[in-house]
Amino acid sequence: MSSAAALETTPLYPLHRRLGARMVAFAGYEMPLHYAPGILAEHLHTREKAGLFDVSHMGQLALSGSAPARALERLVPGDIAGLAPMRMRYTLLLNDRGGIIDDLIVTCGESGLFLVVNAARKEVDFANLRERLDGDAAVRALTDRALLALQGPAAAAVLARFAPGIERLSFMSAREVALLGERVLLSRCGYTGEDGFEISLPAEAALKLAERLLAEPEVWPIGLGARDSLRLEAGLPLYGHDLDETTSPVEASLAWTIGKRRREEADFAGAERVLRELRQGARKRRVGIRPEGRVIAREGTPIVGGDGREIGRVTSGGFGPSLGAPVAMGYVESAYADPGREIGCLVRGASHPARIARLPFLPARHYRG
Amino acid sequence: MSALRFSAEHEWVKREGDLAVVGITDHAQSQLGDIVYVELPQIGRRLERGKEAATVESVKAASEVYAPVSGEVVATNDAIVADPAKVNADPLGEGWFFKLRLADPKELDALMDEAAYSRFVEAQK
Repeated sequence: MSSAAALETTPLYPLHRRLGARMVAFAGYEMPLHYAPGILAEHLHTREKAGLFDVSHMGQLALSGSAPARALERLVPGDIAGLAPMRMRYTLLLNDRGGIIDDLIVTCGESGLFLVVNAARKEVDFANLRERLDGDAAVRALTDRALLALQGPAAAAVLARFAPGIERLSFMSAREVALLGERVLLSRCGYTGEDGFEISLPAEAALKLAERLLAEPEVWPIGLGARDSLRLEAGLPLYGHDLDETTSPVEASLAWTIGKRRREEADFAGAERVLRELRQGARKRRVGIRPEGRVIAREGTPIVGGDGREIGRVTSGGFGPSLGAPVAMGYVESAYADPGREIGCLVRGASHPARIARLPFLPARHYRG
Repeated sequence: MSALRFSAEHEWVKREGDLAVVGITDHAQSQLGDIVYVELPQIGRRLERGKEAATVESVKAASEVYAPVSGEVVATNDAIVADPAKVNADPLGEGWFFKLRLADPKELDALMDEAAYSRFVEAQK
């Protein structure tokens, strides 16, 4: 890794140190990998009660102008113009070849769009949006804001103690509320497959809110290690591992993010390739993988067909604490992508039997009202 | 009973006559975190000092376990294959990895004693 001196920190850095977190470099930030209980316990706690994640390293951007949704739609295949106020959508920033520059969440705010993008991609996204929106919408990086995520079945009950009524906010909706006297944007979404919220707030208010939430008996601080195993079990891709600039939405099994109107209008970057793949199928597909034994198929593991020929690679893999078994995600030739299909994972020179599995590995438990 | 000896790769060895029991140290298990997979050598395999002998995987990463001394594998601890968390819970006891018939007991002299190993771990921090 690069030298520690070059790393940035989030407003919660002093809290992470005080809690004894094991810190690692991630996307240019010094971030908590795990706290004293460890990744396994933190993962299970989040699925059982509630976990607080510092995701302040992620990029928060504002798009403004006379019609920022229409402008953004040139670059993403999601239906953004059709978003009702304070509703949000997961979409993909595409290049002109239909490759994924980043995956992001777009919220329709009162005075423009609010974007949350991956930490490792925020500079790329910012430059890309500025250049390609070409003045049709102004892009502003909200570098003075922090982002917390409170995830797990107890998250709503915990937050409702500070913001009564918030437990009825529907999934993929946002609301501005006062938390501890501070205006924050609460969004009912997350990256764990659990019910939960993300909280965007002024950087200087983050430490006080995090400490207050951690004082609630259900809430543990959760590090990036469990964030990764939670999202893996939930079948959610991680940019830079499961998605990159050569991969299309169809290949990534993210065709569901392409709006019906957008397919008909075919006016987004890379539409030619994406629509062709929707009609004809893509060469490869992102799939879930369940190894049969205990052997862990990590990123880079070759996937082989029955004849031993390489048919793909694992892009994310590890142990799924809630499943008590290894899980992985990867790309295979489309002919091998059907759930139940027997494949092999080549680990330390030996082929281990595995099957293609439906994603997510665990049913999502989002709040549906 | 003989005292434990330690390698710079964080394995421990306990001599039992012609045999030696091998495992990973408490420092190693705490650095690895929750161990979820263990692959042990075949019984009968001849291990060479310093070469790969076993694999442990934690939720974070896969790591090799090296043979701290040379010898033929005469027993393996299948209990840690079935329940890898035993390595975290009791690395120097129930979490042992394998037993060797020592090829050259003098190899043990090249390993660290407990005090030297403690200093070695401290120096790495």
